Amino acid sequence: MDDVDRALVNRLQRGIDVCGRPFAPVAAALGIGESELVSRVARLLGEGRLSRFGPMYDVAGMGGAFTLAAMSVPEAEFERVAALVNAHPEVAHNYEREHALNMWFVLACECADDIGRTIADIERETGCAVLDLPKLEEYHLDFRIEV
Amino acid sequence: MNVPVDARLDPTDRAIVLATQAGLPLVAEPYHAVARAIGVPPEEVMTRVERMRARGVIRRIAAVPNHYALGYRANGMSVWDVADDRIGALGPRVGGLAFVSHCYRRPRVPGRWRYNLFAMVHGASRDDVEAHVREIAALLGEAARAHEVLYSKRILKKTGMRLRAK
Repeated sequence: MDDVDRALVNRLQRGIDVCGRPFAPVAAALGIGESELVSRVARLLGEGRLSRFGPMYDVAGMGGAFTLAAMSVPEAEFERVAALVNAHPEVAHNYEREHALNMWFVLACECADDIGRTIADIERETGCAVLDLPKLEEYHLDFRIEV
Repeated sequence: MNVPVDARLDPTDRAIVLATQAGLPLVAEPYHAVARAIGVPPEEVMTRVERMRARGVIRRIAAVPNHYALGYRANGMSVWDVADDRIGALGPRVGGLAFVSHCYRRPRVPGRWRYNLFAMVHGASRDDVEAHVREIAALLGEAARAHEVLYSKRILKKTGMRLRAK
């Protein structure tokens, strides 16, 4: 990553406006062209430095719901269970963590009722009990990392 | 569960979500590309995207960094058992700390899970994360009866929300 990449990662986390050429002002501020900007973003995505670029949707805003779920998965079963869990499109993120509860995943469902159904499906498929920890309150969500 | 009828997406908004949930097209005019893909005029796509943003369906149109790949190799989910009568005042203060990326109140589950405050902490190393966790502990003081830090070992999936195509 060069200085322009770093400036781009920092700037694009703040978000861009909705307009016909949304990259133009960002590119101008960095002293590069729009086509160079989009090819840099494509490269950063390809290198895995960015996970995604685009609208960050909130299913709660469309009548759906999120929850954080956790399971204790036996070590020998871990890869198989991870594949079963990840196969659900409702699973937005999934992390292995160092704890007796070693698998933590976020469910994002378009209908709030689908949370319970998806959890029941995962419990049935994996044989592991799911701890359902929906957010009751959100205290902060505007974090950006600086590179 | 009752959901306000107007919270649901109409078919055109839903088509926009499906076309962009994996990412915005990486071209100079991304909304024109979306418009061509779903057969709606570009101005309507932009109007609808802006409206979804105003309604909170879209939080922002932005890059999501991969913390690991950008040098923030340690990620600790700190979980805290905070007195119920104190969490409302203390939660926003923890959430306001510069190194906390996400901060939520979540339910306790009797016999299985005692922690009601979650604060995600990122750092270049575990030492970094541990120093941050000590800051949170100092802020919470006696209101926190116990805590743990669950370090991430591996990202198993990180796609973000995906609607099912109907």
